[in-house]
Amino acid sequence: MTLLKSLMGAAAAMALSAGAALAEPALIFDLGGKFDKSFNEAAFTGAQRWADETGGSFREIELQSEAQREQALRRFAEAGANPIITMGFAMADPLSNVAPDYPDTKFVVVDVTWIAGDNIRQIGFAEHEGSYLVGMLAAMASKSGTVGFVGGMDVPLIRHFGCGYAQGVKSVSPDAKIIANMTGTTPAAWNDPVKGSELTKAQISQGADVVYAAAGGTGVGVLQTAADEGILSIGVDSNQNHLHPGKVLTSMLKRVDVAVYDAMKAGGEVETGVFVLGLAEDGVGYALDDNNAALISPEMKAAVDAAREQIISGELKVTSYYENDSCPVLDF
Amino acid sequence: MDKMPKWADVVLIPLISLILAAALSALVILAIGEDPVAAVRLMVSGALGSTYGWGYTLYYATNFMFTGLAVAVAFHARMFNIGGEGQAMLGGLGVALMCLYVPWPHWTLALIGASTLAALFGAAWAAIPAWLQAKRGSHIVITTIMFNFIASAVLNYVLVNLMRPQGSMDPATARFPEPVHLPTLHELLAPIGINFSKAAPANVSLLVAVAACVLVWLLIWRTRLGYEIRAYGHSETGALYAGISPVRITMIAMLISGGLAGMMAINNVMGEAERLVLNATEGAGFIGIAVALMGRSHPFGVFLAAILFGFLYQGGAELALWTSIPRELIVVIQALVILFTGALDNMVRMPLEKLFLSLRKGRA
Repeated sequence: MTLLKSLMGAAAAMALSAGAALAEPALIFDLGGKFDKSFNEAAFTGAQRWADETGGSFREIELQSEAQREQALRRFAEAGANPIITMGFAMADPLSNVAPDYPDTKFVVVDVTWIAGDNIRQIGFAEHEGSYLVGMLAAMASKSGTVGFVGGMDVPLIRHFGCGYAQGVKSVSPDAKIIANMTGTTPAAWNDPVKGSELTKAQISQGADVVYAAAGGTGVGVLQTAADEGILSIGVDSNQNHLHPGKVLTSMLKRVDVAVYDAMKAGGEVETGVFVLGLAEDGVGYALDDNNAALISPEMKAAVDAAREQIISGELKVTSYYENDSCPVLDF
Repeated sequence: MDKMPKWADVVLIPLISLILAAALSALVILAIGEDPVAAVRLMVSGALGSTYGWGYTLYYATNFMFTGLAVAVAFHARMFNIGGEGQAMLGGLGVALMCLYVPWPHWTLALIGASTLAALFGAAWAAIPAWLQAKRGSHIVITTIMFNFIASAVLNYVLVNLMRPQGSMDPATARFPEPVHLPTLHELLAPIGINFSKAAPANVSLLVAVAACVLVWLLIWRTRLGYEIRAYGHSETGALYAGISPVRITMIAMLISGGLAGMMAINNVMGEAERLVLNATEGAGFIGIAVALMGRSHPFGVFLAAILFGFLYQGGAELALWTSIPRELIVVIQALVILFTGALDNMVRMPLEKLFLSLRKGRA
C-alpha cells in the first residue's frame, strides 16, 4: 500500500492546474476553525504576521472532515507548497502516512512530538508548566478557596493542561478545591461556547471564583460568563486578556503563533526534528498586560516568577499527565 | 389520486429543487464577492473532472448510500431513524474489534467478518430504541437521537481508556494490520487497464453499498417481509387487521436499518482511515436522512442522491482548498441543497401538481 501510494501523484497533479508550482507555505487549520480565538487563531496570527512583514502570501484551509486531513496534505504537497504547517494532534497519523511520499516537502506539525519522519518539524509545548503558573495565580486570586477548570474535549492533552493547573493551585493552597469539567467527548467540544457558559455557571454555584478555560472556542463562553457573573477567568493559547479587560486574570500563553511564524520565516529550509517548547524557551507562559495589570499584585508576580525560574532550573518539577496517564492531585 | 406522471415526481421535482438551491447558492457566493461561475466550475472539475475527484466523490457517496438506505428502510415502516450516526459509530467499533483482534489471512474474509460485526453492532444499537417504540411507545425520533449521544460517549470512553495504544495522544485505535487493507478502486481497476487515481479513498465497499441497494430493493418490493413493512407503514390498523404484528415489524425494520447504518463503517473505518478515530462518521448519519428524502426512499433514488451529496462534499473540499470562500459558506451551500430537496419538497411539488392538473383539465 505505502509502495503504491509513494508512486502516486502524476494523475492527481495533472488534474490540478489551479495552483501548480508555488513555493508558498500552506497552513491547515484543525476542525475548531480559524477564528476560535485560541489555538487555531494563534496560528493564523503568526502566519498573518509573517505575511505582513514579508509581503508573502500563504495557502490555507479550514478542515471540515476527517477524510480531508490526508486530502489537504496531499493536494498542498502536490501544488508545491512548502512548508506545510498543520495544527493539532489529530494530524499525526495522516501526516506520518503522507510525509514519506513527498521527501522534498517540509511538514510542520504543532502539538505532535511522537511520529517518525525526516522531513517533519514536530513542535510540542510543555503546557503543564504554563498551566502550573496560572494555577498559582488562580489560587492566590481566589477568595473562596475553590477554583474551576473547564476543558474542551476530554483527551489526554487537555487533562495535561488541567493536571499542571491543579498542581499550581495546590502548591499555593494545599486545601484548595478544584472543580474540573470537560465540555464534551467529541471535537464539537472545541467550539461550544454555550456549554462552556453552562459549565462555568455550575462551577460558580459550587463556589468557584476563578475559572481556567482550556477549551479552544468554547473558552469564549467561559470567559464571557465569568465576566458577567463577576468572577475571574483565565484564557488559553492566545492572550485573551483583552476580551474582558479587568475580568480575565491572565492567559496561559502557548506561543503557537511564534512557532508558525518561525516556520514560515525559515521557509523550505526549516529545521526538522522534535522541538518541545517550555518555559525555558518562552514557548509557554502567562500573559501580563494593561488589561490585567490591576489584578496581579507585585507579590503574586514575584511568587510566579520565582516558580518559573525554579521550573526552568529544574529545581521544581511539574508532573506531566503523560508520564503515567494520571494526575497526582486531580481526578478527571 | 394520480396527480402527476411518475417521471415528474421522480425527475422533475428534484431537478427543480436543485436548480433553486443552486441559484440561491450563486447569490450567496456573489454576496461575498466571489465568482459563482468559477466556483461551480471548480466544484465540478474538482469532484468529477478526474479519477482523483471521482474517487473522493464515490468515497463519500458510499457512506451516504449505507446511511441513506438505513433511513429509507425505516421510512417504509413509517419510522424516522435519526440514529444512523450512532449506529454507524458502533459499527465502527465492530469493525475495529474485528480488524485488530482477529488475525485475518485475507481481506475478503476480513471484509465479511467486519461487515457482519459492524451490522450486528449497528443493529444492536437500533434495537433498544426499536424495542422502546414497539413495547412502550417511546417516540423513536427522540430515542434514536438520544442514542447518538450515548454512542458518542461510549466510543469516546472506549477509545480514550481501552483501545488507545500506549503513549499515543490521539484518541484513536492503532492502525489495522496490512492483511485487512481493503483494495481501493485503483487496485481493483488496474487489472482491467483503467488507471484510477491512487490517492483517492474509494474502495471495494462501494460495491458492497451498491449490492446493498439491490438487496434492499429486493427486500422491500419482492419479499413478503417487505410487503409487510410497507403495509405497516401505510396503515398500522390495516396491517394489524391483516395479522401483521406491529412489534415484529418495528423491530425487524429497525434492526435492518441499524445494520445498514453500521455497515457504513467498512467504508470509512476499514477502507479509508484503517483505524477507528473519534469522529469517524462526520454526520453521514444525518446526511442519510436528506439522501433518503431526496431519493424518495427508493434504493435507486438513494444511490443517485448519495452520489450528488458525495459531489457536494468533494466539491466543497475543493472550494475550501483553492478559494477564499470560508468553510461556513460551503456548509451553507450544502445546507441549501438539503433544504430544498428535503424539507421544502412540497414548495415545488404543490404548484407543479396544480400545473399538471390544469394541463389535464385543459386536455379533457
